Amino acid sequence: MSIIDTRTPDPKRLIPGATGDWEIVIGMEVHAQVISESKLFSGASTEFGAEPNANVSLVDAAMPGMLPVINEECVKQAVRTGLGLKARINKKSVFDRKNYFYPDLPQGYQISQFKQPIVGEGEVVISVGPDRNGEFEDVEIGIERLHLEQDAGKSMHDQHPTMSYVDLNRSGVALMEIVSKPDLRSSDEAKAYLTKMRQILRYLGTCDGNMDEGSMRADVNVSVRKPGGDFGTRCEIKNVNSIRFVGQAIESEARRQIAIIEDGGSINQETRLFDPGRGETRSMRSKEEAHDYRYFPDPDLLPLEFDDAFVEDLAQHLPELPDEKKARLVSLGLSAYDASILVSEKPIADYFEQVAAGRDAKTAANWVINDLLGALNKAGLGIEETPVSPAQLGGIIDLIKSGDISGKIAKDVFEIVWHDGGDPADIVDERGMKQVTDAGAIEGEVDKVIAANPDKVEQAKAKPSLAGWFVGQVMKATQGKANPQAVQALVRAKLGIED
Amino acid sequence: MSVDLATVKRVAKLARIAVTDDEASSLEGELNTILGFVEQLNEVDISGVEPMTSVIPMEMRKRKDAVTDGDKADDITANAPASEDNFFLVPKVVE
Repeated sequence: MSIIDTRTPDPKRLIPGATGDWEIVIGMEVHAQVISESKLFSGASTEFGAEPNANVSLVDAAMPGMLPVINEECVKQAVRTGLGLKARINKKSVFDRKNYFYPDLPQGYQISQFKQPIVGEGEVVISVGPDRNGEFEDVEIGIERLHLEQDAGKSMHDQHPTMSYVDLNRSGVALMEIVSKPDLRSSDEAKAYLTKMRQILRYLGTCDGNMDEGSMRADVNVSVRKPGGDFGTRCEIKNVNSIRFVGQAIESEARRQIAIIEDGGSINQETRLFDPGRGETRSMRSKEEAHDYRYFPDPDLLPLEFDDAFVEDLAQHLPELPDEKKARLVSLGLSAYDASILVSEKPIADYFEQVAAGRDAKTAANWVINDLLGALNKAGLGIEETPVSPAQLGGIIDLIKSGDISGKIAKDVFEIVWHDGGDPADIVDERGMKQVTDAGAIEGEVDKVIAANPDKVEQAKAKPSLAGWFVGQVMKATQGKANPQAVQALVRAKLGIED
Repeated sequence: MSVDLATVKRVAKLARIAVTDDEASSLEGELNTILGFVEQLNEVDISGVEPMTSVIPMEMRKRKDAVTDGDKADDITANAPASEDNFFLVPKVVE
Protein backbone atom coordinates (compact mmCIF):
# COMPACT_ATOMS: atom_id res chain seq x y z
CA MET A 1 0.00 0.00 0.00
CA SER A 2 1.49 3.35 -0.95
CA ILE A 3 0.94 6.22 1.44
CA ILE A 4 0.07 9.60 0.02
CA ASP A 5 1.44 12.64 1.85
CA THR A 6 -1.37 15.17 2.05
CA ARG A 7 0.54 17.80 4.02
CA THR A 8 3.17 20.42 3.26
CA PRO A 9 5.87 20.75 5.94
CA ASP A 10 4.99 23.68 8.20
CA PRO A 11 7.91 25.37 10.07
CA LYS A 12 5.59 26.00 13.06
CA ARG A 13 5.18 22.26 13.59
CA LEU A 14 8.81 21.17 13.22
CA ILE A 15 10.94 20.24 16.19
CA PRO A 16 14.65 21.07 16.34
CA GLY A 17 17.39 18.44 16.53
CA ALA A 18 21.18 18.60 16.51
CA THR A 19 21.23 18.19 12.71
CA GLY A 20 18.42 20.58 11.91
CA ASP A 21 14.63 20.45 12.05
CA TRP A 22 12.55 17.27 12.12
CA GLU A 23 8.95 16.59 11.19
CA ILE A 24 6.79 14.16 13.18
CA VAL A 25 4.39 11.95 11.26
CA ILE A 26 1.50 10.48 13.25
CA GLY A 27 -1.33 8.10 12.45
CA MET A 28 -3.93 7.05 14.99
CA GLU A 29 -6.03 3.97 15.63
CA VAL A 30 -8.92 4.80 17.92
CA HIS A 31 -10.77 1.94 19.56
CA ALA A 32 -14.25 3.13 20.44
CA GLN A 33 -16.64 0.94 22.39
CA VAL A 34 -20.03 0.94 20.68
CA ILE A 35 -23.01 2.08 22.75
CA SER A 36 -25.44 -0.84 22.73
CA GLU A 37 -27.38 -2.84 25.30
CA SER A 38 -25.94 -6.21 24.36
CA LYS A 39 -22.70 -7.47 22.83
CA LEU A 40 -21.71 -7.68 19.16
CA PHE A 41 -22.36 -11.40 18.79
CA SER A 42 -24.18 -12.41 22.00
CA GLY A 43 -27.12 -11.34 24.16
CA ALA A 44 -25.01 -10.60 27.26
CA SER A 45 -25.10 -7.10 28.73
CA THR A 46 -22.44 -4.49 27.94
CA GLU A 47 -22.89 -2.65 31.23
CA PHE A 48 -19.69 -1.38 32.83
CA GLY A 49 -18.79 -2.34 36.40
CA ALA A 50 -20.77 -5.60 36.78
CA GLU A 51 -19.65 -8.46 39.05
CA PRO A 52 -16.84 -10.61 37.57
CA ASN A 53 -18.05 -12.74 34.64
CA ALA A 54 -21.70 -11.76 35.24
CA ASN A 55 -22.10 -10.28 31.75
CA VAL A 56 -20.86 -13.37 29.98
CA SER A 57 -22.76 -15.78 27.77
CA LEU A 58 -21.49 -19.14 26.60
CA VAL A 59 -20.71 -17.46 23.26
CA ASP A 60 -18.44 -14.90 24.93
CA ALA A 61 -16.69 -17.64 26.89
CA ALA A 62 -16.12 -19.47 23.59
CA MET A 63 -17.70 -22.72 24.74
CA PRO A 64 -17.56 -25.38 22.00
CA GLY A 65 -20.43 -25.28 19.54
CA MET A 66 -21.52 -21.73 20.29
CA LEU A 67 -22.29 -19.59 17.24
CA PRO A 68 -22.14 -15.81 16.91
CA VAL A 69 -25.26 -13.88 15.80
CA ILE A 70 -24.71 -10.23 14.94
CA ASN A 71 -26.39 -7.39 16.84
CA GLU A 72 -28.18 -5.16 14.32
CA GLU A 73 -27.82 -2.06 16.49
CA CYS A 74 -24.01 -2.36 16.49
CA VAL A 75 -24.11 -2.39 12.68
CA LYS A 76 -26.27 0.74 12.71
CA GLN A 77 -23.91 2.46 15.16
CA ALA A 78 -20.94 1.74 12.89
CA VAL A 79 -22.80 3.11 9.86
CA ARG A 80 -23.88 6.22 11.80
CA THR A 81 -20.26 6.79 12.81
CA GLY A 82 -19.15 6.32 9.21
CA LEU A 83 -21.72 8.89 8.07
CA GLY A 84 -20.52 11.28 10.79
CA LEU A 85 -16.97 10.91 9.46
CA LYS A 86 -18.22 11.71 5.92
CA ALA A 87 -16.96 8.29 4.95
CA ARG A 88 -17.82 5.75 2.29
CA ILE A 89 -20.19 3.11 3.64
CA ASN A 90 -19.53 -0.39 2.33
CA LYS A 91 -22.84 -2.15 1.78
CA LYS A 92 -21.00 -5.44 1.87
CA SER A 93 -18.34 -6.19 4.45
CA VAL A 94 -16.77 -9.37 5.79
CA PHE A 95 -15.83 -10.60 9.27
CA ASP A 96 -12.47 -12.27 9.64
CA ARG A 97 -10.73 -14.13 12.40
CA LYS A 98 -7.60 -12.49 13.76
CA ASN A 99 -5.72 -15.31 15.45
CA TYR A 100 -3.61 -14.88 18.57
CA PHE A 101 -3.39 -16.37 22.05
CA TYR A 102 -3.93 -14.43 25.23
CA PRO A 103 -5.77 -15.44 28.42
CA ASP A 104 -8.39 -12.69 28.00
CA LEU A 105 -9.27 -13.97 24.51
CA PRO A 106 -11.10 -17.28 25.07
CA GLN A 107 -11.81 -17.92 21.38
CA GLY A 108 -8.15 -17.85 20.46
CA TYR A 109 -9.13 -15.34 17.79
CA GLN A 110 -10.82 -11.98 17.65
CA ILE A 111 -13.68 -11.58 15.21
CA SER A 112 -12.69 -8.46 13.29
CA GLN A 113 -12.82 -7.09 9.76
CA PHE A 114 -9.67 -7.15 7.68
CA LYS A 115 -9.92 -6.81 3.91
CA GLN A 116 -13.49 -5.58 3.67
CA PRO A 117 -14.38 -3.18 6.51
CA ILE A 118 -17.88 -1.76 6.96
CA VAL A 119 -16.66 1.82 6.45
CA GLY A 120 -14.03 3.12 4.03
CA GLU A 121 -12.31 6.46 3.54
CA GLY A 122 -13.60 9.62 5.21
CA GLU A 123 -12.37 12.80 6.82
CA VAL A 124 -12.35 14.82 10.02
CA VAL A 125 -11.65 18.54 10.30
CA ILE A 126 -9.65 19.36 13.41
CA SER A 127 -9.07 22.78 14.89
CA VAL A 128 -5.51 23.43 16.07
CA GLY A 129 -4.63 26.33 18.30
CA PRO A 130 -4.81 28.95 19.54
CA ASP A 131 -1.45 30.25 18.27
CA ARG A 132 0.29 33.36 19.63
CA ASN A 133 -2.26 35.61 17.94
CA GLY A 134 -5.18 33.63 19.35
CA GLU A 135 -5.98 32.18 15.93
CA PHE A 136 -7.22 28.62 15.29
CA GLU A 137 -6.26 26.69 12.18
CA ASP A 138 -8.54 24.09 10.60
CA VAL A 139 -6.78 20.98 9.26
CA GLU A 140 -8.42 18.14 7.33
CA ILE A 141 -7.36 14.69 8.52
CA GLY A 142 -8.07 11.65 6.37
CA ILE A 143 -9.80 8.57 7.74
CA GLU A 144 -8.54 5.32 6.25
CA ARG A 145 -11.28 2.99 7.47
CA LEU A 146 -13.58 1.96 10.31
CA HIS A 147 -14.27 -1.64 11.15
CA LEU A 148 -16.27 -3.58 13.71
CA GLU A 149 -14.60 -6.05 16.03
CA GLN A 150 -14.93 -7.75 19.40
CA ASP A 151 -13.33 -6.34 22.51
CA ALA A 152 -11.26 -8.71 24.66
CA GLY A 153 -11.70 -9.52 28.35
CA LYS A 154 -9.71 -7.91 31.10
CA SER A 155 -6.72 -9.28 33.00
CA MET A 156 -5.63 -8.14 36.44
CA HIS A 157 -2.06 -8.86 37.40
CA ASP A 158 -1.79 -7.39 40.90
CA GLN A 159 -4.18 -9.60 42.86
CA HIS A 160 -2.03 -12.66 43.36
CA PRO A 161 1.72 -13.42 43.46
CA THR A 162 1.72 -16.04 40.71
CA MET A 163 -1.67 -15.84 39.00
CA SER A 164 -3.49 -13.33 36.81
CA TYR A 165 -7.25 -12.80 37.23
CA VAL A 166 -9.39 -12.80 34.09
CA ASP A 167 -12.84 -11.23 33.79
CA LEU A 168 -14.67 -11.75 30.49
CA ASN A 169 -17.38 -9.11 31.00
CA ARG A 170 -15.84 -6.94 28.29
CA SER A 171 -15.20 -9.92 26.03
CA GLY A 172 -17.35 -9.61 22.92
CA VAL A 173 -18.47 -6.00 23.44
CA ALA A 174 -18.54 -4.26 20.06
CA LEU A 175 -15.64 -1.99 19.21
CA MET A 176 -15.17 0.33 16.29
CA GLU A 177 -11.55 0.64 15.24
CA ILE A 178 -11.16 3.96 13.48
CA VAL A 179 -7.89 4.26 11.58
CA SER A 180 -6.63 7.65 10.44
CA LYS A 181 -4.29 8.29 7.56
CA PRO A 182 -0.77 9.37 8.62
CA ASP A 183 -1.87 12.98 8.24
CA LEU A 184 -1.07 14.33 11.70
CA ARG A 185 2.14 16.35 12.11
CA SER A 186 2.39 17.37 15.78
CA SER A 187 1.32 16.28 19.24
CA ASP A 188 -1.11 19.22 19.31
CA GLU A 189 -2.73 17.97 16.12
CA ALA A 190 -2.96 14.46 17.57
CA LYS A 191 -4.65 15.78 20.70
CA ALA A 192 -7.01 17.92 18.62
CA TYR A 193 -7.84 14.86 16.51
CA LEU A 194 -8.71 12.73 19.55
CA THR A 195 -10.75 15.56 21.05
CA LYS A 196 -12.65 15.99 17.81
CA MET A 197 -13.17 12.26 17.36
CA ARG A 198 -14.58 11.97 20.89
CA GLN A 199 -16.84 14.98 20.27
CA ILE A 200 -18.21 13.47 17.04
CA LEU A 201 -18.79 10.06 18.69
CA ARG A 202 -20.60 11.67 21.62
CA TYR A 203 -22.79 13.81 19.35
CA LEU A 204 -23.67 10.71 17.36
CA GLY A 205 -24.32 8.73 20.55
CA THR A 206 -22.30 5.83 19.15
CA CYS A 207 -19.58 5.79 21.88
CA ASP A 208 -19.50 7.54 25.24
CA GLY A 209 -15.85 8.53 24.67
CA ASN A 210 -15.02 7.87 28.30
CA MET A 211 -11.28 7.24 28.29
CA ASP A 212 -11.12 6.64 32.08
CA GLU A 213 -13.33 3.58 31.79
CA GLY A 214 -11.47 2.47 28.70
CA SER A 215 -14.42 2.87 26.35
CA MET A 216 -12.14 4.92 24.08
CA ARG A 217 -8.47 4.03 23.67
CA ALA A 218 -5.84 5.07 21.17
CA ASP A 219 -2.87 3.40 19.52
CA VAL A 220 -0.49 6.02 18.17
CA ASN A 221 1.90 5.40 15.26
CA VAL A 222 4.85 7.78 15.35
CA SER A 223 7.76 8.28 12.98
CA VAL A 224 10.10 11.18 12.27
CA ARG A 225 11.73 12.47 9.09
CA LYS A 226 13.48 15.46 7.63
CA PRO A 227 10.77 17.93 6.57
CA GLY A 228 9.04 16.70 3.43
CA GLY A 229 11.39 13.70 3.11
CA ASP A 230 10.51 10.01 2.88
CA PHE A 231 8.43 8.55 5.69
CA GLY A 232 10.57 7.09 8.48
CA THR A 233 10.16 3.76 10.26
CA ARG A 234 7.26 3.95 12.69
CA CYS A 235 6.73 2.70 16.20
CA GLU A 236 3.28 1.94 17.52
CA ILE A 237 2.47 3.12 21.05
CA LYS A 238 -0.33 0.90 22.33
CA ASN A 239 -3.35 1.70 24.46
CA VAL A 240 -2.78 5.27 25.51
CA ASN A 241 -5.74 6.13 27.71
CA SER A 242 -5.90 9.91 27.95
CA ILE A 243 -5.59 12.79 25.53
CA ARG A 244 -2.86 14.39 27.64
CA PHE A 245 -0.84 11.16 27.64
CA VAL A 246 -1.14 10.95 23.85
CA GLY A 247 0.56 14.34 23.63
CA GLN A 248 3.31 13.33 26.08
CA ALA A 249 3.84 9.94 24.44
CA ILE A 250 4.30 11.51 20.99
CA GLU A 251 6.73 14.18 22.23
CA SER A 252 8.92 11.69 24.08
CA GLU A 253 8.79 9.06 21.34
CA ALA A 254 9.72 11.62 18.66
CA ARG A 255 12.68 12.82 20.73
CA ARG A 256 13.78 9.22 21.31
CA GLN A 257 13.71 8.47 17.57
CA ILE A 258 15.51 11.69 16.63
CA ALA A 259 18.26 10.99 19.17
CA ILE A 260 18.78 7.47 17.75
CA ILE A 261 18.91 8.65 14.14
CA GLU A 262 21.18 11.60 14.90
CA ASP A 263 23.56 9.21 16.67
CA GLY A 264 23.79 7.25 13.43
CA GLY A 265 21.38 4.49 14.49
CA SER A 266 18.15 3.30 12.92
CA ILE A 267 14.62 2.78 14.24
CA ASN A 268 13.28 -0.73 14.80
CA GLN A 269 9.63 -1.09 13.88
CA GLU A 270 8.11 -2.24 17.16
CA THR A 271 5.25 -1.93 19.60
CA ARG A 272 5.87 0.30 22.61
CA LEU A 273 4.06 1.23 25.80
CA PHE A 274 3.79 4.70 27.33
CA ASP A 275 4.72 4.92 30.99
CA PRO A 276 2.93 8.00 32.36
CA GLY A 277 5.02 7.94 35.57
CA ARG A 278 8.31 8.31 33.68
CA GLY A 279 6.80 10.25 30.78
CA GLU A 280 8.49 7.98 28.23
CA THR A 281 7.82 4.96 26.03
CA ARG A 282 9.39 1.53 26.39
CA SER A 283 9.56 -1.51 24.15
CA MET A 284 6.69 -3.93 24.68
CA ARG A 285 7.33 -6.92 22.46
CA SER A 286 10.54 -8.23 21.08
CA LYS A 287 10.83 -8.43 17.32
CA GLU A 288 11.56 -12.16 17.12
CA GLU A 289 7.87 -12.95 17.74
CA ALA A 290 6.78 -10.89 14.74
CA HIS A 291 3.01 -10.95 14.71
CA ASP A 292 1.27 -13.13 12.25
CA TYR A 293 -2.47 -13.00 12.80
CA ARG A 294 -3.31 -15.41 9.96
CA TYR A 295 -6.54 -13.60 9.10
CA PHE A 296 -9.20 -15.58 7.28
CA PRO A 297 -12.95 -15.07 6.75
CA ASP A 298 -14.93 -16.32 9.76
CA PRO A 299 -16.83 -19.39 8.53
CA ASP A 300 -19.47 -18.85 11.26
CA LEU A 301 -20.61 -15.57 9.74
CA LEU A 302 -22.02 -14.67 6.35
CA PRO A 303 -20.93 -11.38 4.76
CA LEU A 304 -22.62 -8.36 6.32
CA GLU A 305 -24.89 -6.80 3.73
CA PHE A 306 -27.47 -4.03 3.68
CA ASP A 307 -29.08 -1.81 1.06
CA ASP A 308 -29.13 1.92 0.31
CA ALA A 309 -32.46 2.36 2.12
CA PHE A 310 -30.88 1.11 5.35
CA VAL A 311 -28.07 3.70 5.09
CA GLU A 312 -30.45 6.43 3.90
CA ASP A 313 -32.73 5.92 6.90
CA LEU A 314 -29.80 6.22 9.32
CA ALA A 315 -28.50 9.30 7.49
CA GLN A 316 -31.87 11.02 7.79
CA HIS A 317 -32.00 10.53 11.53
CA LEU A 318 -28.43 11.60 12.15
CA PRO A 319 -28.19 14.36 14.77
CA GLU A 320 -26.65 17.72 13.93
CA LEU A 321 -22.87 17.33 14.18
CA PRO A 322 -20.50 19.76 15.91
CA ASP A 323 -19.17 21.40 12.73
CA GLU A 324 -22.68 22.03 11.41
CA LYS A 325 -23.90 23.25 14.77
CA LYS A 326 -20.95 25.61 15.07
CA ALA A 327 -21.63 27.04 11.60
CA ARG A 328 -25.29 27.56 12.53
CA LEU A 329 -24.39 29.35 15.78
CA VAL A 330 -21.97 31.61 13.91
CA SER A 331 -24.78 32.46 11.49
CA LEU A 332 -26.82 33.57 14.53
CA GLY A 333 -24.16 36.22 15.21
CA LEU A 334 -21.85 34.42 17.63
CA SER A 335 -18.09 34.63 17.27
CA ALA A 336 -16.35 31.47 16.04
CA TYR A 337 -14.62 31.24 19.40
CA ASP A 338 -17.85 31.43 21.43
CA ALA A 339 -19.52 28.96 19.07
CA SER A 340 -16.70 26.45 19.47
CA ILE A 341 -16.94 26.64 23.26
CA LEU A 342 -20.69 26.05 23.13
CA VAL A 343 -20.45 23.07 20.76
CA SER A 344 -17.47 21.51 22.59
CA GLU A 345 -19.86 19.24 24.48
CA LYS A 346 -23.32 18.37 23.30
CA PRO A 347 -25.00 18.97 26.70
CA ILE A 348 -23.56 22.51 26.74
CA ALA A 349 -24.86 23.14 23.23
CA ASP A 350 -28.27 21.76 24.23
CA TYR A 351 -28.34 24.00 27.30
CA PHE A 352 -27.41 27.05 25.24
CA GLU A 353 -30.08 26.32 22.63
CA GLN A 354 -32.75 26.16 25.30
CA VAL A 355 -31.63 29.48 26.76
CA ALA A 356 -31.34 31.12 23.33
CA ALA A 357 -34.77 29.93 22.11
CA GLY A 358 -36.76 33.12 21.47
CA ARG A 359 -33.99 35.29 22.95
CA ASP A 360 -30.98 37.20 21.67
CA ALA A 361 -28.30 34.58 20.85
CA LYS A 362 -25.34 36.81 21.72
CA THR A 363 -26.77 37.68 25.16
CA ALA A 364 -27.59 34.04 25.82
CA ALA A 365 -24.08 33.00 24.76
CA ASN A 366 -22.46 35.58 27.06
CA TRP A 367 -24.47 34.37 30.02
CA VAL A 368 -23.88 30.69 29.34
CA ILE A 369 -20.14 31.08 28.67
CA ASN A 370 -19.12 33.78 31.17
CA ASP A 371 -21.53 33.25 34.02
CA LEU A 372 -22.82 29.69 33.92
CA LEU A 373 -19.73 27.87 32.64
CA GLY A 374 -17.55 30.14 34.76
CA ALA A 375 -19.50 29.28 37.91
CA LEU A 376 -19.66 25.56 37.06
CA ASN A 377 -15.93 25.51 36.45
CA LYS A 378 -15.26 27.25 39.76
CA ALA A 379 -17.52 24.79 41.59
CA GLY A 380 -15.97 21.83 39.78
CA LEU A 381 -19.34 20.79 38.34
CA GLY A 382 -20.27 19.48 34.89
CA ILE A 383 -23.10 20.96 32.85
CA GLU A 384 -25.34 18.02 33.85
CA GLU A 385 -25.05 19.08 37.49
CA THR A 386 -25.90 22.74 36.99
CA PRO A 387 -28.03 24.22 39.78
CA VAL A 388 -29.38 26.85 37.35
CA SER A 389 -31.70 25.43 34.70
CA PRO A 390 -31.95 26.83 31.17
CA ALA A 391 -35.45 28.12 32.05
CA GLN A 392 -34.11 29.96 35.09
CA LEU A 393 -31.21 31.53 33.19
CA GLY A 394 -33.62 32.45 30.39
CA GLY A 395 -35.88 34.08 33.01
CA ILE A 396 -33.03 36.26 34.24
CA ILE A 397 -32.24 37.39 30.68
CA ASP A 398 -35.93 38.21 30.14
CA LEU A 399 -35.94 40.40 33.25
CA ILE A 400 -33.00 42.40 31.89
CA LYS A 401 -34.68 42.78 28.52
CA SER A 402 -37.96 43.97 30.04
CA GLY A 403 -36.01 46.57 32.04
CA ASP A 404 -37.07 45.06 35.37
CA ILE A 405 -33.46 44.61 36.48
CA SER A 406 -30.10 45.97 35.38
CA GLY A 407 -27.33 43.76 34.14
CA LYS A 408 -25.57 44.27 37.44
CA ILE A 409 -28.57 43.20 39.55
CA ALA A 410 -28.97 40.24 37.19
CA LYS A 411 -25.62 38.90 38.40
CA ASP A 412 -26.99 39.02 41.97
CA VAL A 413 -30.16 37.22 40.88
CA PHE A 414 -28.00 34.57 39.22
CA GLU A 415 -26.13 34.06 42.51
CA ILE A 416 -29.41 33.68 44.40
CA VAL A 417 -30.82 31.19 41.89
CA TRP A 418 -27.52 29.27 41.97
CA HIS A 419 -27.62 28.88 45.77
CA ASP A 420 -31.32 28.92 46.65
CA GLY A 421 -33.11 28.07 43.42
CA GLY A 422 -36.47 29.62 42.59
CA ASP A 423 -38.09 31.58 39.81
CA PRO A 424 -36.04 34.69 38.93
CA ALA A 425 -39.16 36.88 38.50
CA ASP A 426 -40.46 35.88 41.96
CA ILE A 427 -37.04 36.46 43.53
CA VAL A 428 -36.85 39.96 42.06
CA ASP A 429 -40.39 40.72 43.30
CA GLU A 430 -40.00 39.26 46.76
CA ARG A 431 -36.62 40.81 47.45
CA GLY A 432 -37.52 44.22 46.02
CA MET A 433 -34.74 44.06 43.45
CA LYS A 434 -36.79 45.61 40.70
CA GLN A 435 -35.14 48.48 38.94
CA VAL A 436 -36.69 51.88 39.64
CA THR A 437 -37.88 53.09 36.27
CA ASP A 438 -40.34 55.61 37.70
CA ALA A 439 -38.92 58.88 36.35
CA GLY A 440 -40.38 60.89 39.23
CA ALA A 441 -38.68 58.78 41.89
CA ILE A 442 -35.37 58.89 40.10
CA GLU A 443 -35.66 62.61 39.56
CA GLY A 444 -36.21 63.10 43.30
CA GLU A 445 -32.98 61.26 44.06
CA VAL A 446 -31.07 63.21 41.42
CA ASP A 447 -32.35 66.49 42.85
CA LYS A 448 -31.30 65.45 46.33
CA VAL A 449 -27.75 64.66 45.26
CA ILE A 450 -27.45 67.89 43.28
CA ALA A 451 -28.76 69.97 46.17
CA ALA A 452 -26.35 68.36 48.62
CA ASN A 453 -23.28 68.97 46.48
CA PRO A 454 -23.24 72.51 45.06
CA ASP A 455 -19.44 72.53 44.74
CA LYS A 456 -19.42 69.41 42.58
CA VAL A 457 -22.15 70.92 40.43
CA GLU A 458 -19.90 73.88 39.67
CA GLN A 459 -16.98 71.59 38.83
CA ALA A 460 -19.14 69.39 36.62
CA LYS A 461 -20.13 72.35 34.49
CA ALA A 462 -16.46 72.79 33.58
CA LYS A 463 -15.67 69.08 33.50
CA PRO A 464 -18.64 67.07 32.12
CA SER A 465 -17.02 63.73 32.98
CA LEU A 466 -17.89 64.43 36.61
CA ALA A 467 -21.48 63.55 35.72
CA GLY A 468 -20.46 59.97 36.34
CA TRP A 469 -19.89 60.77 40.00
CA PHE A 470 -23.49 62.00 40.34
CA VAL A 471 -24.79 58.88 38.62
CA GLY A 472 -22.79 56.81 41.09
CA GLN A 473 -24.28 58.67 44.07
CA VAL A 474 -27.81 58.17 42.78
CA MET A 475 -27.22 54.48 42.16
CA LYS A 476 -25.85 54.16 45.67
CA ALA A 477 -28.85 55.96 47.13
CA THR A 478 -31.23 53.63 45.26
CA GLN A 479 -29.19 50.53 46.10
CA GLY A 480 -28.45 49.98 42.44
CA LYS A 481 -32.10 49.65 41.51
CA ALA A 482 -32.40 52.80 39.43
CA ASN A 483 -32.13 52.32 35.71
CA PRO A 484 -28.57 53.58 35.00
CA GLN A 485 -29.46 54.94 31.56
CA ALA A 486 -32.35 56.94 32.98
CA VAL A 487 -30.19 58.33 35.80
CA GLN A 488 -27.44 59.27 33.38
CA ALA A 489 -29.86 61.16 31.12
CA LEU A 490 -31.45 63.01 34.03
CA VAL A 491 -28.13 63.98 35.62
CA ARG A 492 -26.80 65.35 32.36
CA ALA A 493 -30.01 67.29 31.73
CA LYS A 494 -30.04 68.78 35.25
CA LEU A 495 -26.40 69.77 35.07
CA GLY A 496 -26.91 71.25 31.64
CA ILE A 497 -24.35 69.01 29.99
CA GLU A 498 -24.83 68.75 26.27
CA ASP A 499 -24.61 65.28 24.74
CA MET B 1 2.67 -23.71 -2.88
CA SER B 2 4.66 -25.82 -0.47
CA VAL B 3 6.00 -25.51 3.06
CA ASP B 4 9.47 -26.20 4.42
CA LEU B 5 10.36 -27.60 7.84
CA ALA B 6 10.86 -24.15 9.37
CA THR B 7 7.37 -23.06 8.26
CA VAL B 8 5.81 -26.20 9.73
CA LYS B 9 7.47 -25.49 13.06
CA ARG B 10 6.45 -21.85 12.95
CA VAL B 11 2.81 -22.65 12.16
CA ALA B 12 2.76 -25.21 14.96
CA LYS B 13 4.15 -22.63 17.37
CA LEU B 14 1.61 -19.99 16.30
CA ALA B 15 -1.17 -22.55 16.88
CA ARG B 16 0.37 -23.54 20.23
CA ILE B 17 0.64 -27.18 19.16
CA ALA B 18 3.68 -29.06 20.51
CA VAL B 19 5.41 -30.81 17.62
CA THR B 20 8.60 -32.83 17.94
CA ASP B 21 11.28 -32.68 15.23
CA ASP B 22 10.29 -36.14 13.99
CA GLU B 23 6.62 -35.19 13.81
CA ALA B 24 7.53 -31.95 12.06
CA SER B 25 9.34 -33.66 9.21
CA SER B 26 6.50 -36.15 8.66
CA LEU B 27 3.99 -33.26 8.87
CA GLU B 28 6.00 -31.41 6.24
CA GLY B 29 5.32 -34.26 3.81
CA GLU B 30 1.65 -34.57 4.75
CA LEU B 31 0.99 -30.85 4.51
CA ASN B 32 2.68 -30.61 1.12
CA THR B 33 0.54 -33.47 -0.17
CA ILE B 34 -2.60 -31.65 0.99
CA LEU B 35 -1.40 -28.34 -0.45
CA GLY B 36 -0.60 -30.06 -3.73
CA PHE B 37 -4.10 -31.48 -3.85
CA VAL B 38 -5.68 -28.11 -3.11
CA GLU B 39 -3.39 -26.55 -5.70
CA GLN B 40 -5.47 -28.21 -8.43
CA LEU B 41 -8.20 -25.66 -7.71
CA ASN B 42 -5.98 -23.06 -9.34
CA GLU B 43 -6.66 -24.72 -12.68
CA VAL B 44 -10.19 -23.31 -12.62
CA ASP B 45 -10.56 -19.83 -14.07
CA ILE B 46 -12.54 -17.83 -11.51
CA SER B 47 -11.89 -14.33 -12.86
CA GLY B 48 -15.05 -12.27 -12.42
CA VAL B 49 -16.70 -14.85 -10.14
CA GLU B 50 -17.79 -13.67 -6.68
CA PRO B 51 -16.53 -15.85 -3.81
CA MET B 52 -19.27 -18.25 -2.72
CA THR B 53 -20.03 -17.82 0.97
CA SER B 54 -23.12 -20.01 1.17
CA VAL B 55 -24.57 -22.87 -0.85
CA ILE B 56 -28.00 -21.25 -0.87
CA PRO B 57 -27.90 -17.46 -1.32
CA MET B 58 -29.04 -16.12 2.03
CA GLU B 59 -28.73 -13.06 4.19
CA MET B 60 -26.99 -13.07 7.53
CA ARG B 61 -29.53 -13.21 10.33
CA LYS B 62 -29.35 -10.21 12.66
CA ARG B 63 -30.32 -9.97 16.33
CA LYS B 64 -32.32 -7.22 18.01
CA ASP B 65 -30.27 -5.32 20.58
CA ALA B 66 -31.60 -6.80 23.82
CA VAL B 67 -29.98 -8.39 26.86
CA THR B 68 -31.07 -12.03 26.77
CA ASP B 69 -28.13 -13.79 28.35
CA GLY B 70 -25.63 -13.63 31.21
CA ASP B 71 -25.82 -13.76 35.02
CA LYS B 72 -24.33 -17.22 35.15
CA ALA B 73 -20.79 -16.60 36.31
CA ASP B 74 -20.78 -19.93 38.18
CA ASP B 75 -21.56 -21.83 34.98
CA ILE B 76 -19.00 -19.83 33.03
CA THR B 77 -16.17 -20.62 35.42
CA ALA B 78 -17.38 -24.17 36.27
CA ASN B 79 -14.75 -25.87 34.08
CA ALA B 80 -11.90 -23.52 34.92
CA PRO B 81 -8.86 -25.32 36.39
CA ALA B 82 -8.59 -22.43 38.86
CA SER B 83 -10.99 -19.65 39.77
CA GLU B 84 -11.67 -17.29 42.62
CA ASP B 85 -14.63 -14.97 43.26
CA ASN B 86 -15.84 -15.91 39.77
CA PHE B 87 -12.63 -14.72 38.13
CA PHE B 88 -10.64 -17.15 35.99
CA LEU B 89 -7.16 -17.65 37.41
CA VAL B 90 -4.34 -18.20 34.93
CA PRO B 91 -0.57 -18.36 35.33
CA LYS B 92 0.66 -14.78 35.59
CA VAL B 93 0.95 -12.96 32.28
CA VAL B 94 2.47 -9.51 32.28
CA GLU B 95 3.72 -7.69 29.22
